[in-house]
Amino acid sequence: MTVRVQEADFDVGAELDRLTAGNRRIGGLAVFVGLVREMHVREGYHRDKVDALTLEHYPGMTEKALEEIEAEAAGRWPLEATLIVHRHGRLEAGERIVLVAVGSPHREAAFEACEFLVDWLKTKAPFWKLEETPAGEKWVGAHAGDDKAAARWEKKD
Amino acid sequence: MKVRYFAWMKRTVGVPEEDVDPPAAVRTVGDLVTWLRTLSPGHAEALAEGAAFGAAVDKRTATLDVVLADAREVAFFPPFTGG
Repeated sequence: MTVRVQEADFDVGAELDRLTAGNRRIGGLAVFVGLVREMHVREGYHRDKVDALTLEHYPGMTEKALEEIEAEAAGRWPLEATLIVHRHGRLEAGERIVLVAVGSPHREAAFEACEFLVDWLKTKAPFWKLEETPAGEKWVGAHAGDDKAAARWEKKD
Repeated sequence: MKVRYFAWMKRTVGVPEEDVDPPAAVRTVGDLVTWLRTLSPGHAEALAEGAAFGAAVDKRTATLDVVLADAREVAFFPPFTGG
C-alpha cells in the first residue's frame, strides 16, 4: 500500500515490477495511467487546445487523502498490493499524470478497486489543474461527470 | 492560526496564506468564513456566499459546521480536479 506525490515522471514497468515482486498471491494486476490530453472538452461544444497544465496540490493533505482512499479500497476488496503515484507541477500534453495499480488474487476485485481509486481520487484528493491554452491560463472547473462517477461508489445504508 | 488558499482563490484573496487572529466569537469554519469576508474585497469575493469552495482543518476536509477548537491551519480551495 503505497502513495507518492512527486514532480518527476515514473516508469510504469519498473513500478509494477516493484509492486508485485515477491508476492505470489497476486493473480491479477489492474493498472490505470492518466495522461495530459491535448484537447479539453468543455461543457457544451466549445473546445480549447491545451498545450500544458500545472497541477497544484496541498502537500500533507494530499498524501493523507490518498492514503484514506487506499484504505477504503482495502476494506472493500481483497487486495494484495496498491500503488498511487500522482505528479504535480508543470506537465505538457502527452505526459503521464497519475498511475494507479491494484493487485488482487482475482481480476474482478483488481478492476473494480482500480476504477474506484481513480474515481475517488479525482473528487477527494486536493489537486487543481491550471491549463495553458492559446487564449491564456484557465483553472479547470469541477466536472459533473466525475462527481457522478465518484458517487456510484458511495455506500447506501 | 494560519489560513491558506489554493488555486484561483489564492489570486482572488491576494495572498497564498496569512496568519490571522479571529475574535473569540469565531467558533466554527463557517464563523471564520464570515469573519474573513470582512478583511478585504478580495476575501469577500473568494469566500462569497454561494461560491463553490471547500475547506480543510489541519489538512482534513471540513464542513462549515466543524468547530475550530485549537486548529493550527485552515485551508480554503475550489473543487478538486486531479487525476
